[in-house]
Amino acid sequence: MSIQAAPSQRKETKVFGKRVPRLEDLPLVKGLGRFVADLSFPHQLYMRVVRSPIAHGTITRIDADEARKAPGVVAIWTHADIAAYPLIDFRDPSAEALMPYRQPLLAKDRVRYVGEPIAVVFAESAYLAEDAADLVFAEIDELPPHMDAQADCASFAPGISTEPIVLKQGFGDLPGAFASAHCVVELELSIGRHSGVPMECRGAIGRYDAAQDVLELWGAAKVPLRNRETMARYFQRSSASVQLYELHVGGGFGVRGELYPEDFLVCAASMTLGRPIKWIEDRREHLMATNQSREQYHRVRAAVDQNGRILALSDVFFHDQGAYVRTHGARVADLTIGMLPGPYHVPVYQGIGHFRLTNKTPAATYRSPGRYEGSFVRERLVDAIAAKLGLDRIEVRRRNLIPSADMPYTRQLGALGTEVVLDSGDYAGLLQTSIDRFGWDELQKTIRVRRAQGEFVGAGIAMFLEKSGMGPSDSVTVSVDPMGFVEVVTGGASVGQGFETAMAQICAETLGVDYRRIRVVHGQTDRIRFGIGAHASRATVMTGNAVHAAATNVRDLALKHASVLLQAPAELLDIVDGIVVRKGSPSGPTISLGQLSRQLSPGPEAIARGTNGLSCEGWFYADHMTYPYGVHLALVRVDGETGQVFVERYMVASDVGRAVNPMIVEGQVVGGVAQGLGGALYEQFRYSDTGQPLSLNFAEYLIPTAHEVPDVEVIVAEDAPSPLNPLGIKGAGEGGCTGVGAAIASAVDDAIGIPGAITSLPITPAKLKALLKNRRDNSNGDST
Amino acid sequence: MKAAPFQYHDPTSIDEAIDLLGKLENAKVLAGGQSLMAMLNMRYAQPDHVVDINRIADLSYIREANGALVIGAMTRQRDLEFSDLVRRTCPILHEAIQHVGHRQTRNRGTVGGSLCHLDPSAELAAMAALHNATLTVAGPKGSRELAFKEFALGFMTPALEVDEILTAIRIEFWPKGHGYGFLEFARRHGDFAVASAGALITLDAKGLIDRASLVIGGVGSVPTRVESAEQILLGTQPTQAVFEEAARACKSIEALDDIHAPASYRLHLAETLARRALAKALLSLRSDGEQ
Repeated sequence: MSIQAAPSQRKETKVFGKRVPRLEDLPLVKGLGRFVADLSFPHQLYMRVVRSPIAHGTITRIDADEARKAPGVVAIWTHADIAAYPLIDFRDPSAEALMPYRQPLLAKDRVRYVGEPIAVVFAESAYLAEDAADLVFAEIDELPPHMDAQADCASFAPGISTEPIVLKQGFGDLPGAFASAHCVVELELSIGRHSGVPMECRGAIGRYDAAQDVLELWGAAKVPLRNRETMARYFQRSSASVQLYELHVGGGFGVRGELYPEDFLVCAASMTLGRPIKWIEDRREHLMATNQSREQYHRVRAAVDQNGRILALSDVFFHDQGAYVRTHGARVADLTIGMLPGPYHVPVYQGIGHFRLTNKTPAATYRSPGRYEGSFVRERLVDAIAAKLGLDRIEVRRRNLIPSADMPYTRQLGALGTEVVLDSGDYAGLLQTSIDRFGWDELQKTIRVRRAQGEFVGAGIAMFLEKSGMGPSDSVTVSVDPMGFVEVVTGGASVGQGFETAMAQICAETLGVDYRRIRVVHGQTDRIRFGIGAHASRATVMTGNAVHAAATNVRDLALKHASVLLQAPAELLDIVDGIVVRKGSPSGPTISLGQLSRQLSPGPEAIARGTNGLSCEGWFYADHMTYPYGVHLALVRVDGETGQVFVERYMVASDVGRAVNPMIVEGQVVGGVAQGLGGALYEQFRYSDTGQPLSLNFAEYLIPTAHEVPDVEVIVAEDAPSPLNPLGIKGAGEGGCTGVGAAIASAVDDAIGIPGAITSLPITPAKLKALLKNRRDNSNGDST
Repeated sequence: MKAAPFQYHDPTSIDEAIDLLGKLENAKVLAGGQSLMAMLNMRYAQPDHVVDINRIADLSYIREANGALVIGAMTRQRDLEFSDLVRRTCPILHEAIQHVGHRQTRNRGTVGGSLCHLDPSAELAAMAALHNATLTVAGPKGSRELAFKEFALGFMTPALEVDEILTAIRIEFWPKGHGYGFLEFARRHGDFAVASAGALITLDAKGLIDRASLVIGGVGSVPTRVESAEQILLGTQPTQAVFEEAARACKSIEALDDIHAPASYRLHLAETLARRALAKALLSLRSDGEQ
């Protein structure tokens, strides 16, 4: 008996590019999902982290005697108990200079941020663990906290400065270009400290299976296979004896799925204590312990000719890394430099990034790392060029865009260890499409009318260049079982982005089966040897093309075998809804993929043939990234008295090469805009002068809600498929976020009628109110 | 984020609750729990005893009595929001209640809980100040009544003894057709107000303001009636200029300074919102007259 889709359901085989419903939604919308907090193992213990209340200081004593006597406590660790464990390593090889700045599992003799783990309590329940943690007393001699990445460097440790590295990239004759410029435009700009705040906080369960000698980490995310390598290296175990398991993940955004002290602690304790160890982060911890991001201070200069064409670009910035260098190394600062020129032709460029440590929560990647920051800087600069020369903001952009005829365009810069080569794009074309769809010219008239009635209203624009499809490789195995169901085993990961659906669509289209008969496996290190995961907008590009390769191999194998059975050349056969048929001969002989799978099952013949089962591996390799691009447009109103900004309209045009599922792409864009808006107007990790974090709950750290996020108009463009992969795909995960800070700043400038007014994010009402007051004071001054 | 250990009590009568509060050390009353539960989980509050008054009957009602609105302390904010009586007799309360948290929190949050928590930004506290509401408090020696002005001692400090429970609040009606306006400024919808303003006015036969009440929430340590502003308004034509002058008087409030706003910005907001609330009150009066 074969199980088939209900007769009423239309078969969904030609689904590439279609808005088909997501496969993964049913358990999520019915509350049947399994996130790490939902999982428990028999005899598990709960871990509670005791965190430093002091931003910078020397630990003189940790007294846990009282806590050890508390009910339900099994063990308490301080650094002395785990002194043999090394610092947490970088995922990828990083500069030697960064090595001393890595974080220990528990602070040794110095604490460097509020929230730094200094002890851990293991107890029979989460409540008892927290009760006991309150009894652990740390004596800390305070040292002056270093809170300003722009100030003179301080000492990270004796003889070690808070500036481990200065990153530098560039090309061309900078002094020459500035000397010959018609004029120079110079800005000081900054981006606030904010980060990914997923609905689900972090969590991890470490479990040591002594019977099998396997160390397990449950609740993995983002890059489980890469994290297995790091874990195996850290614990000096064979890769095969370390397994990571991804469950449902309530949002990633770059921060979730990196390896933090807590991930190593639950694993170490599971081995030492012989019981599973569960740790679930609470929101307060999340806001002081999970990677923060973005905070940078830029001094950017452009040399331009009289027509507003950029002759040279020079940027020096200070990157506030926080207290330690975590798994990413200096990646965000590196990406900032490599991607800063964006979609524009820049003949001469220099980017210098001062990578500096402070006594704040450590920073790392957050959706659009380096590009959100760099786009704000670059697009502010382009607006400033337009203002200085009295030119139209859009015209200046048009004049500087890289023409499509110049593709592929070698930037002479590197990013993520690869050379930046812009693979394809019609930047000017998409700019025109988007301003037409936004009704930009008409809108200017409406704006004029509303201003005449006393409103502060304005429109803004930003262009963005993204990067995606970080290699080098992905493998996938596609197998058809005797009932015709398909399993796609990937090394990818799902952080909620629709990974399973997209992979199933690619497989369905390639192989000729209903996408709902396809099961996509991800994030399970015991199912596949090679893989990377879901970061850097890579999954659909890399894993998707590997799915395509594997499904093509399965298709070829099926047709080859069927051509013998059906006595027809393979070229004349097709697969329709899982059945091999002769093209144009509906009544002819057929055979199902399930039957073929049975025929191909292991046996002497199959072994002789070298294929066991209807199953094939497929690989995709890429030595260059692919570069999505797009336009952000905003219409805002400012309350001239309170300084509050209301976003009335928002549009994103995003070229993703080819969209596997436009509905999912739109969802990615809208979610990205919401997060970008957070950084533009609301979200900020603030600290007191003494290094105390001031944003430890959602009344203090303001995430935009459905009320603050407008309906986002999305143009999913497919003008420029990537020539770097057979499916033409470019990543869609980050472009919705990248340009928001820049576009909102541009619109607010326009609304208040002060070009260049916005120099820092987030734009708070109090800050904007002060700008408006200055304007009024100045104009009063002018009139007298 | 797990609460520290405490002992839970669920009395079924006021007397029993008062008795418990009198006997127990470091006890805290649990009403709707929309502030307390979060504070317990964050361990900001660590009481040894929690006295849950949700099982006490007859503390939830909205009634009209002798020209006043009487509301039981355990009345859910959501009930207030949908009360026709409130909308008809005290329209500004109907308007203000919609700014209290979110509908999910209003389902559970109570009138009395909000007043006793006495957050300076609380809309219900601002409404109590605006009307100088009368509060009924039950204690071991029976009930006593006090005006909100005496109740709000200071920053999150109500004039309640440890063995007392707020049982009801009484708000005197303003004349039918009075002008009212409530506005607040928050960074996001549903957040605690950085500042709020509520205004009530009536005009005499000559069109002069003969009664005015103006409250500013979120700016001072408790919601503040700005009597100097009210004095400016009385006996005047309700013009933009008068409203501006009255609004300026709000800058005399001693303003809070925190992560959301510096004191100077709060005072600026107080002035702006006061002027707008007065204008809105005038508008409601006129639109009412036209009907």
